[in-house]
Amino acid sequence: MSGNLIASTARKARKLTEEEVHEIEHEMELYPDKKAVGLEALKIVQKHQGWVSDESMQAISKFLEIPVSDLESVATFFNLVYRQPVGENVILFCNSVSCWVMGCESIKSHINEKLGIDFGQTSEDGKFTFLPVPCLGDCDKAPVMMVGDDLHRNLTHDKIDELILTYRKSKQVE
Amino acid sequence: MIVNPLTKNIDMTRPPLEISGYESNDGYQSIKNIAKGMTSTDVLQKTKDSGLKGRGGAGFPTGLKWSFVPQGEDSPKQKYFVVNADEMEPGTFKDRLLMEGDPHLLIEGIIIGSFAIQADTAYIFLRGEYKVAERALRKAIDEARERGFLGKNILDTGFNLDIIVHTSAGRYICGEETALLNALEGKRANPRSKPPFPQVSGLWGKPTIVNNVETICNLPGIFTYGIDWYQSLTKGKDHGTKLFGISGKVKNPGCWELPLGITIRELLEDYGGGMQEGLDLRGFLPGGGSTDFMLPEHLDLKFDYDDIAQAGSRLATGTMILLDNETCPVGMIGNLMRFFSHESCGFCTPCRDGLPWVVAIFDEFCKGQGTRKDLEILHEHVEYMGPGRTFCALAPGATAPLGSGLRYFAEDFEKLIKE
Repeated sequence: MSGNLIASTARKARKLTEEEVHEIEHEMELYPDKKAVGLEALKIVQKHQGWVSDESMQAISKFLEIPVSDLESVATFFNLVYRQPVGENVILFCNSVSCWVMGCESIKSHINEKLGIDFGQTSEDGKFTFLPVPCLGDCDKAPVMMVGDDLHRNLTHDKIDELILTYRKSKQVE
Repeated sequence: MIVNPLTKNIDMTRPPLEISGYESNDGYQSIKNIAKGMTSTDVLQKTKDSGLKGRGGAGFPTGLKWSFVPQGEDSPKQKYFVVNADEMEPGTFKDRLLMEGDPHLLIEGIIIGSFAIQADTAYIFLRGEYKVAERALRKAIDEARERGFLGKNILDTGFNLDIIVHTSAGRYICGEETALLNALEGKRANPRSKPPFPQVSGLWGKPTIVNNVETICNLPGIFTYGIDWYQSLTKGKDHGTKLFGISGKVKNPGCWELPLGITIRELLEDYGGGMQEGLDLRGFLPGGGSTDFMLPEHLDLKFDYDDIAQAGSRLATGTMILLDNETCPVGMIGNLMRFFSHESCGFCTPCRDGLPWVVAIFDEFCKGQGTRKDLEILHEHVEYMGPGRTFCALAPGATAPLGSGLRYFAEDFEKLIKE
Protein backbone atom coordinates (compact mmCIF):
# COMPACT_ATOMS: atom_id res chain seq x y z
CA MET A 1 0.00 0.00 0.00
CA SER A 2 1.16 3.50 -0.76
CA GLY A 3 0.51 4.55 2.81
CA ASN A 4 2.90 7.52 2.84
CA LEU A 5 1.37 9.14 -0.16
CA ILE A 6 -1.92 9.76 1.55
CA ALA A 7 -0.77 9.86 5.13
CA SER A 8 -1.90 13.46 5.63
CA THR A 9 -5.52 12.65 4.91
CA ALA A 10 -5.62 9.01 5.85
CA ARG A 11 -6.32 9.63 9.51
CA LYS A 12 -9.73 10.97 8.60
CA ALA A 13 -10.66 7.73 6.88
CA ARG A 14 -13.13 5.50 8.64
CA LYS A 15 -12.63 1.77 8.58
CA LEU A 16 -14.52 -0.04 5.82
CA THR A 17 -16.65 -2.86 7.20
CA GLU A 18 -15.81 -6.46 6.33
CA GLU A 19 -18.91 -6.64 4.18
CA GLU A 20 -17.96 -3.52 2.26
CA VAL A 21 -14.43 -4.79 1.69
CA HIS A 22 -15.73 -8.15 0.56
CA GLU A 23 -18.14 -6.62 -1.95
CA ILE A 24 -15.57 -4.16 -3.31
CA GLU A 25 -13.03 -6.97 -3.72
CA HIS A 26 -15.59 -8.95 -5.67
CA GLU A 27 -16.00 -6.02 -8.09
CA MET A 28 -12.22 -5.70 -8.43
CA GLU A 29 -12.11 -9.13 -10.03
CA LEU A 30 -14.32 -7.86 -12.88
CA TYR A 31 -12.17 -4.96 -14.07
CA PRO A 32 -8.55 -4.75 -15.20
CA ASP A 33 -7.71 -1.86 -12.85
CA LYS A 34 -8.73 -0.50 -9.47
CA LYS A 35 -9.79 2.90 -10.71
CA ALA A 36 -12.67 1.34 -12.63
CA VAL A 37 -14.14 0.10 -9.37
CA GLY A 38 -14.49 3.63 -7.96
CA LEU A 39 -18.17 4.09 -8.74
CA GLU A 40 -19.02 0.55 -7.65
CA ALA A 41 -17.21 1.15 -4.35
CA LEU A 42 -19.12 4.40 -3.80
CA LYS A 43 -22.38 2.58 -4.43
CA ILE A 44 -21.45 -0.29 -2.13
CA VAL A 45 -20.56 2.05 0.71
CA GLN A 46 -23.74 4.03 0.13
CA LYS A 47 -25.82 0.86 0.22
CA HIS A 48 -24.45 0.07 3.69
CA GLN A 49 -24.10 3.57 5.14
CA GLY A 50 -26.99 5.35 3.42
CA TRP A 51 -24.70 8.01 1.97
CA VAL A 52 -21.03 8.72 1.25
CA SER A 53 -19.34 10.81 3.94
CA ASP A 54 -15.92 12.46 3.68
CA GLU A 55 -14.60 9.72 5.94
CA SER A 56 -15.98 7.09 3.55
CA MET A 57 -14.42 8.90 0.60
CA GLN A 58 -11.04 8.76 2.34
CA ALA A 59 -11.51 5.10 3.14
CA ILE A 60 -12.35 4.14 -0.45
CA SER A 61 -9.50 6.28 -1.75
CA LYS A 62 -7.08 4.51 0.56
CA PHE A 63 -8.44 1.07 -0.22
CA LEU A 64 -8.40 1.47 -4.02
CA GLU A 65 -5.25 3.60 -4.02
CA ILE A 66 -6.83 6.32 -6.13
CA PRO A 67 -6.69 10.02 -5.24
CA VAL A 68 -9.70 11.27 -3.36
CA SER A 69 -10.02 14.08 -5.92
CA ASP A 70 -10.52 11.53 -8.71
CA LEU A 71 -13.11 9.76 -6.64
CA GLU A 72 -14.83 13.05 -5.85
CA SER A 73 -14.99 13.94 -9.55
CA VAL A 74 -17.00 10.76 -10.05
CA ALA A 75 -19.08 11.06 -6.87
CA THR A 76 -20.22 14.60 -7.66
CA PHE A 77 -21.01 13.72 -11.26
CA PHE A 78 -23.60 11.03 -10.74
CA ASN A 79 -27.17 11.74 -9.67
CA LEU A 80 -27.43 8.63 -7.51
CA VAL A 81 -24.33 9.06 -5.37
CA TYR A 82 -25.32 10.99 -2.25
CA ARG A 83 -22.65 13.13 -0.58
CA GLN A 84 -25.05 14.28 2.12
CA PRO A 85 -27.23 12.18 4.41
CA VAL A 86 -30.58 11.27 2.87
CA GLY A 87 -33.87 10.13 4.39
CA GLU A 88 -34.88 6.51 4.86
CA ASN A 89 -36.72 6.61 1.53
CA VAL A 90 -35.34 8.48 -1.46
CA ILE A 91 -38.06 9.58 -3.86
CA LEU A 92 -36.71 9.75 -7.41
CA PHE A 93 -39.28 11.84 -9.17
CA CYS A 94 -39.34 11.77 -12.98
CA ASN A 95 -39.99 15.24 -14.37
CA SER A 96 -38.94 14.62 -17.97
CA VAL A 97 -41.07 15.32 -20.99
CA SER A 98 -43.64 12.49 -21.05
CA CYS A 99 -44.33 12.81 -17.34
CA TRP A 100 -44.57 16.58 -17.78
CA VAL A 101 -47.16 16.21 -20.54
CA MET A 102 -49.09 13.82 -18.29
CA GLY A 103 -49.22 16.29 -15.43
CA CYS A 104 -46.26 15.55 -13.16
CA GLU A 105 -46.09 19.20 -12.04
CA SER A 106 -49.34 18.81 -10.16
CA ILE A 107 -48.11 15.56 -8.57
CA LYS A 108 -44.90 17.31 -7.57
CA SER A 109 -46.79 20.18 -5.91
CA HIS A 110 -48.86 17.63 -4.03
CA ILE A 111 -45.72 15.93 -2.69
CA ASN A 112 -44.25 19.35 -1.81
CA GLU A 113 -47.35 20.08 0.24
CA LYS A 114 -47.75 16.69 1.87
CA LEU A 115 -44.13 16.34 2.93
CA GLY A 116 -43.24 20.00 3.24
CA ILE A 117 -40.11 19.54 1.13
CA ASP A 118 -38.91 20.53 -2.32
CA PHE A 119 -36.30 18.89 -4.54
CA GLY A 120 -33.05 18.30 -2.69
CA GLN A 121 -34.63 18.36 0.78
CA THR A 122 -35.31 15.77 3.46
CA SER A 123 -38.51 15.70 5.50
CA GLU A 124 -38.29 16.65 9.17
CA ASP A 125 -39.04 13.12 10.35
CA GLY A 126 -36.10 11.88 8.26
CA LYS A 127 -38.36 9.52 6.32
CA PHE A 128 -38.16 11.04 2.83
CA THR A 129 -35.67 12.78 0.56
CA PHE A 130 -37.14 14.24 -2.62
CA LEU A 131 -35.01 14.28 -5.78
CA PRO A 132 -35.68 14.82 -9.48
CA VAL A 133 -34.47 12.12 -11.86
CA PRO A 134 -34.03 12.10 -15.64
CA CYS A 135 -36.62 10.14 -17.66
CA LEU A 136 -37.22 6.83 -15.85
CA GLY A 137 -38.02 5.01 -19.10
CA ASP A 138 -41.57 4.04 -18.24
CA CYS A 139 -43.28 6.73 -20.26
CA ASP A 140 -46.43 4.85 -21.24
CA LYS A 141 -47.30 4.75 -17.53
CA ALA A 142 -46.49 8.40 -16.79
CA PRO A 143 -46.35 10.08 -14.37
CA VAL A 144 -43.91 7.77 -12.58
CA MET A 145 -41.45 7.88 -9.70
CA MET A 146 -39.26 5.51 -7.74
CA VAL A 147 -39.15 5.19 -3.98
CA GLY A 148 -35.99 3.30 -3.07
CA ASP A 149 -35.85 0.41 -5.53
CA ASP A 150 -39.57 0.36 -6.26
CA LEU A 151 -41.24 1.93 -9.27
CA HIS A 152 -44.66 3.54 -8.94
CA ARG A 153 -46.71 4.24 -12.05
CA ASN A 154 -49.74 6.22 -13.23
CA LEU A 155 -49.43 8.51 -10.23
CA THR A 156 -52.41 10.45 -8.92
CA HIS A 157 -52.83 12.60 -5.80
CA ASP A 158 -54.66 9.73 -4.08
CA LYS A 159 -51.91 7.31 -4.95
CA ILE A 160 -49.31 9.67 -3.50
CA ASP A 161 -51.30 9.90 -0.24
CA GLU A 162 -51.41 6.10 0.00
CA LEU A 163 -47.72 5.69 -0.78
CA ILE A 164 -46.69 8.24 1.82
CA LEU A 165 -48.73 6.42 4.45
CA THR A 166 -47.25 3.06 3.50
CA TYR A 167 -43.65 4.25 3.46
CA ARG A 168 -44.08 6.13 6.73
CA LYS A 169 -44.93 2.80 8.33
CA SER A 170 -42.23 0.64 6.80
CA LYS A 171 -38.81 1.15 5.34
CA GLN A 172 -39.42 -0.72 2.09
CA VAL A 173 -42.62 -1.89 0.45
CA GLU A 174 -42.15 -5.56 -0.25
CA MET B 1 -43.34 -17.39 -39.71
CA ILE B 2 -42.07 -15.42 -36.74
CA VAL B 3 -43.05 -11.78 -37.17
CA ASN B 4 -42.05 -10.47 -33.74
CA PRO B 5 -38.54 -11.81 -33.10
CA LEU B 6 -37.77 -9.22 -30.40
CA THR B 7 -40.84 -9.75 -28.27
CA LYS B 8 -41.99 -13.31 -29.06
CA ASN B 9 -41.14 -14.46 -25.53
CA ILE B 10 -42.32 -11.36 -23.72
CA ASP B 11 -45.37 -11.47 -21.50
CA MET B 12 -45.11 -8.88 -18.76
CA THR B 13 -47.79 -10.59 -16.67
CA ARG B 14 -45.28 -13.33 -15.78
CA PRO B 15 -41.53 -13.42 -15.04
CA PRO B 16 -39.24 -13.78 -18.08
CA LEU B 17 -38.61 -17.26 -19.49
CA GLU B 18 -35.91 -19.28 -17.78
CA ILE B 19 -33.27 -20.80 -20.00
CA SER B 20 -35.11 -24.10 -20.59
CA GLY B 21 -38.26 -22.36 -21.77
CA TYR B 22 -36.19 -19.92 -23.80
CA GLU B 23 -34.24 -22.71 -25.51
CA SER B 24 -37.37 -24.62 -26.38
CA ASN B 25 -38.55 -21.60 -28.38
CA ASP B 26 -35.43 -21.58 -30.66
CA GLY B 27 -33.38 -19.82 -27.98
CA TYR B 28 -29.58 -20.01 -28.40
CA GLN B 29 -30.16 -21.72 -31.77
CA SER B 30 -28.09 -18.96 -33.40
CA ILE B 31 -25.08 -19.87 -31.23
CA LYS B 32 -25.48 -23.52 -32.16
CA ASN B 33 -25.66 -22.54 -35.85
CA ILE B 34 -22.53 -20.41 -35.58
CA ALA B 35 -20.71 -23.19 -33.70
CA LYS B 36 -21.26 -25.52 -36.66
CA GLY B 37 -18.33 -23.82 -38.38
CA MET B 38 -18.94 -20.14 -39.07
CA THR B 39 -15.90 -17.90 -38.66
CA SER B 40 -16.00 -14.44 -37.11
CA THR B 41 -15.63 -13.03 -40.64
CA ASP B 42 -18.72 -14.99 -41.72
CA VAL B 43 -20.69 -13.58 -38.81
CA LEU B 44 -19.56 -10.04 -39.61
CA GLN B 45 -20.44 -10.44 -43.29
CA LYS B 46 -23.86 -11.87 -42.56
CA THR B 47 -24.64 -8.99 -40.20
CA LYS B 48 -23.60 -6.53 -42.91
CA ASP B 49 -25.74 -8.35 -45.48
CA SER B 50 -28.77 -8.32 -43.19
CA GLY B 51 -28.96 -4.52 -43.39
CA LEU B 52 -29.34 -4.12 -39.64
CA LYS B 53 -28.98 -0.51 -38.49
CA GLY B 54 -28.37 0.65 -34.92
CA ARG B 55 -31.50 1.15 -32.84
CA GLY B 56 -29.98 3.42 -30.21
CA GLY B 57 -30.51 6.70 -32.01
CA ALA B 58 -27.91 7.26 -34.70
CA GLY B 59 -29.00 4.47 -37.05
CA PHE B 60 -25.50 3.50 -38.16
CA PRO B 61 -25.20 0.14 -40.01
CA THR B 62 -24.17 -2.40 -37.39
CA GLY B 63 -22.00 -4.66 -39.59
CA LEU B 64 -20.11 -1.66 -40.94
CA LYS B 65 -19.42 -0.44 -37.40
CA TRP B 66 -18.03 -3.87 -36.47
CA SER B 67 -15.83 -3.93 -39.57
CA PHE B 68 -13.78 -1.00 -38.22
CA VAL B 69 -12.43 -3.18 -35.43
CA PRO B 70 -8.88 -4.16 -36.42
CA GLN B 71 -8.51 -7.91 -36.84
CA GLY B 72 -5.62 -10.24 -37.63
CA GLU B 73 -2.20 -10.98 -36.23
CA ASP B 74 -1.06 -7.42 -35.47
CA SER B 75 -4.32 -6.23 -33.95
CA PRO B 76 -4.57 -5.87 -30.16
CA LYS B 77 -5.52 -9.23 -28.71
CA GLN B 78 -7.85 -7.72 -26.12
CA LYS B 79 -11.10 -6.38 -27.55
CA TYR B 80 -14.30 -5.40 -25.76
CA PHE B 81 -17.98 -5.62 -26.57
CA VAL B 82 -20.10 -3.14 -24.64
CA VAL B 83 -23.88 -2.99 -24.41
CA ASN B 84 -25.36 0.45 -24.09
CA ALA B 85 -28.25 -0.23 -21.72
CA ASP B 86 -28.25 3.26 -20.21
CA GLU B 87 -31.70 4.11 -21.55
CA MET B 88 -32.42 7.68 -20.53
CA GLU B 89 -33.56 9.49 -23.67
CA PRO B 90 -36.68 11.42 -22.66
CA GLY B 91 -39.77 9.52 -23.74
CA THR B 92 -37.92 6.27 -24.46
CA PHE B 93 -38.95 3.04 -22.77
CA LYS B 94 -38.09 0.18 -25.13
CA ASP B 95 -34.86 -1.33 -23.81
CA ARG B 96 -36.45 -1.67 -20.39
CA LEU B 97 -39.10 -3.91 -21.97
CA LEU B 98 -36.51 -6.09 -23.71
CA MET B 99 -34.34 -6.57 -20.63
CA GLU B 100 -37.14 -7.11 -18.15
CA GLY B 101 -39.17 -9.23 -20.55
CA ASP B 102 -36.61 -11.50 -22.21
CA PRO B 103 -33.05 -11.12 -20.84
CA HIS B 104 -31.76 -14.24 -22.61
CA LEU B 105 -32.36 -12.63 -26.01
CA LEU B 106 -29.88 -9.89 -25.13
CA ILE B 107 -27.36 -12.42 -23.78
CA GLU B 108 -27.66 -14.46 -26.99
CA GLY B 109 -27.11 -11.32 -29.09
CA ILE B 110 -24.09 -10.32 -27.02
CA ILE B 111 -22.47 -13.70 -27.70
CA ILE B 112 -22.95 -13.20 -31.46
CA GLY B 113 -21.56 -9.65 -31.43
CA SER B 114 -18.61 -10.55 -29.22
CA PHE B 115 -17.78 -13.52 -31.43
CA ALA B 116 -17.90 -11.34 -34.55
CA ILE B 117 -15.28 -8.95 -33.20
CA GLN B 118 -13.52 -11.65 -31.13
CA ALA B 119 -14.00 -9.96 -27.77
CA ASP B 120 -13.63 -12.22 -24.76
CA THR B 121 -15.19 -9.75 -22.34
CA ALA B 122 -18.51 -7.95 -22.65
CA TYR B 123 -19.85 -5.28 -20.31
CA ILE B 124 -23.52 -4.44 -20.00
CA PHE B 125 -23.62 -0.75 -19.04
CA LEU B 126 -26.98 -0.69 -17.31
CA ARG B 127 -28.96 2.21 -15.88
CA GLY B 128 -28.71 2.11 -12.10
CA GLU B 129 -32.45 2.68 -11.76
CA TYR B 130 -33.29 -0.45 -13.79
CA LYS B 131 -33.31 -2.78 -10.78
CA VAL B 132 -35.70 -5.35 -12.25
CA ALA B 133 -33.63 -5.58 -15.43
CA GLU B 134 -30.46 -5.98 -13.38
CA ARG B 135 -31.83 -8.97 -11.48
CA ALA B 136 -33.19 -10.53 -14.68
CA LEU B 137 -29.89 -10.12 -16.53
CA ARG B 138 -27.73 -11.47 -13.69
CA LYS B 139 -29.94 -14.54 -13.45
CA ALA B 140 -29.89 -15.09 -17.22
CA ILE B 141 -26.09 -14.78 -17.33
CA ASP B 142 -25.73 -17.41 -14.59
CA GLU B 143 -28.08 -19.77 -16.43
CA ALA B 144 -26.28 -19.27 -19.74
CA ARG B 145 -22.93 -19.93 -18.07
CA GLU B 146 -24.23 -23.15 -16.53
CA ARG B 147 -25.46 -24.33 -19.93
CA GLY B 148 -22.07 -23.61 -21.55
CA PHE B 149 -23.10 -20.63 -23.70
CA LEU B 150 -20.72 -18.44 -21.69
CA GLY B 151 -17.32 -19.18 -20.19
CA LYS B 152 -14.42 -21.05 -21.74
CA ASN B 153 -14.53 -22.78 -25.13
CA ILE B 154 -18.20 -22.11 -25.84
CA LEU B 155 -19.77 -25.12 -27.65
CA ASP B 156 -16.26 -26.34 -28.58
CA THR B 157 -15.55 -23.31 -30.76
CA GLY B 158 -12.47 -22.30 -28.80
CA PHE B 159 -14.19 -18.97 -28.16
CA ASN B 160 -14.30 -17.64 -24.58
CA LEU B 161 -16.68 -15.01 -23.28
CA ASP B 162 -17.65 -13.48 -19.95
CA ILE B 163 -20.43 -10.95 -19.54
CA ILE B 164 -20.17 -8.42 -16.72
CA VAL B 165 -23.07 -6.26 -15.56
CA HIS B 166 -22.02 -2.71 -14.67
CA THR B 167 -24.73 -0.59 -13.08
CA SER B 168 -24.41 3.14 -13.52
CA ALA B 169 -25.63 5.89 -11.23
CA GLY B 170 -27.80 8.07 -13.38
CA ARG B 171 -26.40 10.48 -15.96
CA TYR B 172 -27.89 10.85 -19.44
CA ILE B 173 -24.50 11.65 -20.93
CA CYS B 174 -23.35 8.08 -20.22
CA GLY B 175 -25.50 7.01 -23.16
CA GLU B 176 -22.98 8.78 -25.41
CA GLU B 177 -20.59 6.00 -26.27
CA THR B 178 -17.29 7.64 -25.39
CA ALA B 179 -18.70 9.09 -22.16
CA LEU B 180 -19.93 5.59 -21.39
CA LEU B 181 -16.42 4.22 -21.86
CA ASN B 182 -14.96 6.86 -19.53
CA ALA B 183 -17.61 5.96 -16.95
CA LEU B 184 -16.76 2.26 -17.27
CA GLU B 185 -13.11 3.10 -16.69
CA GLY B 186 -14.13 4.81 -13.47
CA LYS B 187 -13.63 8.35 -14.72
CA ARG B 188 -15.93 11.34 -14.81
CA ALA B 189 -18.18 10.67 -17.79
CA ASN B 190 -17.14 13.42 -20.17
CA PRO B 191 -17.28 12.43 -23.85
CA ARG B 192 -13.97 11.97 -25.62
CA SER B 193 -12.77 13.76 -28.71
CA LYS B 194 -13.08 11.65 -31.85
CA PRO B 195 -11.09 10.34 -33.66
CA PRO B 196 -9.87 7.91 -32.51
CA PHE B 197 -13.17 6.10 -32.58
CA PRO B 198 -13.85 3.41 -29.98
CA GLN B 199 -13.73 0.70 -32.64
CA VAL B 200 -9.99 1.34 -32.82
CA SER B 201 -9.22 2.76 -29.37
CA GLY B 202 -12.02 2.40 -26.88
CA LEU B 203 -12.23 0.89 -23.42
CA TRP B 204 -8.77 1.08 -21.79
CA GLY B 205 -7.46 1.97 -25.26
CA LYS B 206 -8.53 -1.36 -26.76
CA PRO B 207 -10.78 -1.87 -29.79
CA THR B 208 -14.35 -1.66 -28.53
CA ILE B 209 -17.83 -1.94 -29.99
CA VAL B 210 -20.70 -0.21 -28.23
CA ASN B 211 -24.16 -1.32 -29.39
CA ASN B 212 -27.64 -0.52 -28.13
CA VAL B 213 -29.74 -3.22 -26.45
CA GLU B 214 -32.38 -3.37 -29.18
CA THR B 215 -29.75 -3.55 -31.94
CA ILE B 216 -28.18 -6.57 -30.26
CA CYS B 217 -31.57 -8.21 -29.76
CA ASN B 218 -31.97 -8.24 -33.57
CA LEU B 219 -28.98 -10.57 -33.98
CA PRO B 220 -30.36 -13.92 -32.69
CA GLY B 221 -33.20 -13.84 -35.24
CA ILE B 222 -30.84 -13.12 -38.14
CA PHE B 223 -28.62 -16.09 -37.22
CA THR B 224 -31.52 -18.43 -36.42
CA TYR B 225 -33.98 -17.79 -39.24
CA GLY B 226 -31.68 -16.26 -41.88
CA ILE B 227 -31.37 -13.12 -43.94
CA ASP B 228 -34.26 -13.84 -46.31
CA TRP B 229 -36.61 -14.11 -43.36
CA TYR B 230 -35.15 -10.98 -41.75
CA GLN B 231 -35.52 -8.94 -44.90
CA SER B 232 -39.12 -10.09 -45.38
CA LEU B 233 -40.18 -8.52 -42.10
CA THR B 234 -40.15 -4.90 -43.17
CA LYS B 235 -42.80 -2.81 -44.88
CA GLY B 236 -40.28 -0.13 -45.83
CA LYS B 237 -36.73 0.26 -47.08
CA ASP B 238 -34.89 -0.61 -43.89
CA HIS B 239 -34.86 -4.12 -42.56
CA GLY B 240 -36.34 -5.81 -39.55
CA THR B 241 -38.84 -4.92 -36.91
CA LYS B 242 -38.60 -2.06 -34.45
CA LEU B 243 -39.97 -1.34 -31.03
CA PHE B 244 -42.27 1.64 -31.39
CA GLY B 245 -43.67 3.49 -28.42
CA ILE B 246 -46.20 6.20 -27.77
CA SER B 247 -46.43 8.39 -24.70
CA GLY B 248 -48.58 11.43 -24.12
CA LYS B 249 -52.35 11.84 -24.24
CA VAL B 250 -53.46 8.90 -26.37
CA LYS B 251 -56.09 6.41 -25.28
CA ASN B 252 -53.65 3.53 -25.10
CA PRO B 253 -50.01 4.51 -24.58
CA GLY B 254 -47.55 1.63 -24.93
CA CYS B 255 -44.71 -0.07 -26.77
CA TRP B 256 -45.12 -2.53 -29.63
CA GLU B 257 -42.86 -4.46 -31.99
CA LEU B 258 -43.86 -3.67 -35.57
CA PRO B 259 -42.27 -3.82 -39.02
CA LEU B 260 -40.20 -0.80 -39.99
CA GLY B 261 -42.12 1.17 -42.57
CA ILE B 262 -45.62 1.07 -41.09
CA THR B 263 -47.18 4.51 -41.25
CA ILE B 264 -47.12 6.80 -38.25
CA ARG B 265 -50.91 7.02 -38.48
CA GLU B 266 -51.23 3.23 -38.15
CA LEU B 267 -49.12 3.32 -35.02
CA LEU B 268 -51.03 6.21 -33.51
CA GLU B 269 -54.54 5.05 -34.37
CA ASP B 270 -54.42 1.25 -34.51
CA TYR B 271 -52.05 0.75 -31.58
CA GLY B 272 -52.23 3.97 -29.58
CA GLY B 273 -56.01 4.07 -29.99
CA GLY B 274 -55.96 7.68 -31.16
CA MET B 275 -55.97 10.82 -29.06
CA GLN B 276 -57.90 10.99 -25.78
CA GLU B 277 -61.49 12.26 -26.04
CA GLY B 278 -61.68 15.93 -26.88
CA LEU B 279 -58.00 16.35 -27.75
CA ASP B 280 -56.31 16.92 -31.10
CA LEU B 281 -52.74 16.14 -32.09
CA ARG B 282 -50.63 19.27 -32.60
CA GLY B 283 -47.26 17.69 -33.14
CA PHE B 284 -44.95 14.93 -32.00
CA LEU B 285 -41.33 14.04 -31.41
CA PRO B 286 -40.91 10.80 -33.39
CA GLY B 287 -37.95 9.23 -31.61
CA GLY B 288 -37.35 10.67 -28.17
CA GLY B 289 -36.47 14.09 -26.78
CA SER B 290 -33.63 14.90 -29.13
CA THR B 291 -35.57 14.62 -32.38
CA ASP B 292 -37.23 17.40 -34.39
CA PHE B 293 -40.95 17.97 -34.04
CA MET B 294 -43.21 16.62 -36.75
CA LEU B 295 -46.78 17.69 -37.50
CA PRO B 296 -50.13 15.98 -38.12
CA GLU B 297 -49.50 16.48 -41.85
CA HIS B 298 -46.66 13.97 -41.53
CA LEU B 299 -48.82 11.16 -40.17
CA ASP B 300 -48.98 9.24 -43.44
CA LEU B 301 -45.21 8.98 -43.73
CA LYS B 302 -43.57 5.64 -43.18
CA PHE B 303 -41.94 5.14 -39.84
CA ASP B 304 -38.42 4.31 -41.03
CA TYR B 305 -35.03 6.01 -41.23
CA ASP B 306 -35.38 7.64 -44.69
CA ASP B 307 -38.93 8.93 -44.60
CA ILE B 308 -38.57 10.49 -41.19
CA ALA B 309 -35.28 12.08 -42.29
CA GLN B 310 -37.01 13.59 -45.31
CA ALA B 311 -39.48 15.29 -42.99
CA GLY B 312 -36.49 16.88 -41.24
CA SER B 313 -36.45 14.66 -38.18
CA ARG B 314 -34.99 11.32 -37.10
CA LEU B 315 -36.40 7.87 -36.37
CA ALA B 316 -33.88 7.67 -33.49
CA THR B 317 -35.36 5.50 -30.71
CA GLY B 318 -38.77 5.14 -32.38
CA THR B 319 -40.63 6.17 -29.26
CA MET B 320 -42.99 9.05 -29.98
CA ILE B 321 -43.96 11.79 -27.54
CA LEU B 322 -47.18 13.54 -28.41
CA LEU B 323 -48.10 17.19 -28.09
CA ASP B 324 -51.86 17.74 -27.84
CA ASN B 325 -53.78 20.96 -28.44
CA GLU B 326 -54.24 21.63 -24.73
CA THR B 327 -50.57 21.31 -23.82
CA CYS B 328 -48.39 24.39 -24.25
CA PRO B 329 -45.61 23.71 -26.77
CA VAL B 330 -43.41 26.38 -25.16
CA GLY B 331 -43.74 24.64 -21.80
CA MET B 332 -43.00 21.27 -23.37
CA ILE B 333 -39.87 22.50 -25.13
CA GLY B 334 -38.85 24.34 -21.94
CA ASN B 335 -39.09 21.04 -20.07
CA LEU B 336 -36.80 19.40 -22.62
CA MET B 337 -34.30 22.26 -22.40
CA ARG B 338 -34.23 21.92 -18.61
CA PHE B 339 -33.49 18.22 -19.01
CA PHE B 340 -30.62 18.81 -21.44
CA SER B 341 -29.25 21.64 -19.32
CA HIS B 342 -29.29 19.47 -16.20
CA GLU B 343 -27.67 16.54 -18.03
CA SER B 344 -24.93 18.50 -19.82
CA CYS B 345 -21.56 17.18 -18.62
CA GLY B 346 -20.27 20.75 -18.67
CA PHE B 347 -17.21 20.16 -20.82
CA CYS B 348 -17.98 22.12 -24.01
CA THR B 349 -18.85 25.80 -23.69
CA PRO B 350 -21.83 26.03 -26.10
CA CYS B 351 -23.58 23.27 -24.16
CA ARG B 352 -22.55 24.24 -20.61
CA ASP B 353 -23.35 27.93 -21.01
CA GLY B 354 -25.90 27.85 -23.82
CA LEU B 355 -28.43 25.48 -22.33
CA PRO B 356 -28.86 27.25 -18.96
CA TRP B 357 -29.28 30.53 -20.85
CA VAL B 358 -31.97 28.94 -23.02
CA VAL B 359 -33.69 27.58 -19.89
CA ALA B 360 -33.67 31.04 -18.27
CA ILE B 361 -35.34 32.48 -21.37
CA PHE B 362 -37.99 29.75 -21.39
CA ASP B 363 -38.76 30.54 -17.75
CA GLU B 364 -39.48 34.14 -18.78
CA PHE B 365 -41.66 33.02 -21.70
CA CYS B 366 -43.63 30.69 -19.47
CA LYS B 367 -44.45 33.68 -17.25
CA GLY B 368 -45.55 35.64 -20.30
CA GLN B 369 -42.49 37.85 -19.92
CA GLY B 370 -40.59 37.00 -23.12
CA THR B 371 -39.06 39.72 -25.29
CA ARG B 372 -38.25 39.99 -29.01
CA LYS B 373 -34.57 39.96 -28.11
CA ASP B 374 -35.08 36.70 -26.16
CA LEU B 375 -36.66 35.12 -29.20
CA GLU B 376 -33.67 36.16 -31.29
CA ILE B 377 -31.31 34.67 -28.72
CA LEU B 378 -33.21 31.36 -28.83
CA HIS B 379 -32.88 31.29 -32.62
CA GLU B 380 -29.15 32.03 -32.33
CA HIS B 381 -28.69 29.15 -29.92
CA VAL B 382 -30.08 26.69 -32.43
CA GLU B 383 -26.95 27.48 -34.41
CA TYR B 384 -24.49 28.01 -31.53
CA MET B 385 -25.25 24.63 -30.00
CA GLY B 386 -25.59 22.82 -33.34
CA PRO B 387 -23.53 20.00 -34.82
CA GLY B 388 -19.77 20.46 -34.99
CA ARG B 389 -19.43 22.87 -32.07
CA THR B 390 -19.24 20.30 -29.28
CA PHE B 391 -17.57 16.94 -28.62
CA CYS B 392 -20.84 15.02 -28.55
CA ALA B 393 -24.44 15.17 -29.70
CA LEU B 394 -26.10 16.33 -26.48
CA ALA B 395 -26.37 20.02 -27.36
CA PRO B 396 -27.10 19.37 -31.05
CA GLY B 397 -29.80 16.97 -29.83
CA ALA B 398 -31.30 19.76 -27.75
CA THR B 399 -31.42 22.04 -30.79
CA ALA B 400 -33.66 19.54 -32.61
CA PRO B 401 -36.87 20.18 -30.61
CA LEU B 402 -35.78 23.80 -30.03
CA GLY B 403 -35.25 24.72 -33.69
CA SER B 404 -38.24 22.82 -35.02
CA GLY B 405 -40.42 24.06 -32.14
CA LEU B 406 -39.52 27.70 -32.83
CA ARG B 407 -40.45 27.14 -36.45
CA TYR B 408 -43.68 25.18 -36.02
CA PHE B 409 -45.07 26.87 -32.92
CA ALA B 410 -43.95 30.45 -33.62
CA GLU B 411 -47.37 31.89 -32.75
CA ASP B 412 -47.27 30.27 -29.30
CA PHE B 413 -43.96 31.99 -28.58
CA GLU B 414 -45.35 35.27 -29.95
CA LYS B 415 -48.29 35.10 -27.55
CA LEU B 416 -45.91 34.92 -24.59
CA ILE B 417 -44.02 38.07 -25.51
CA LYS B 418 -44.86 41.02 -23.27
CA GLU B 419 -45.69 44.05 -25.37
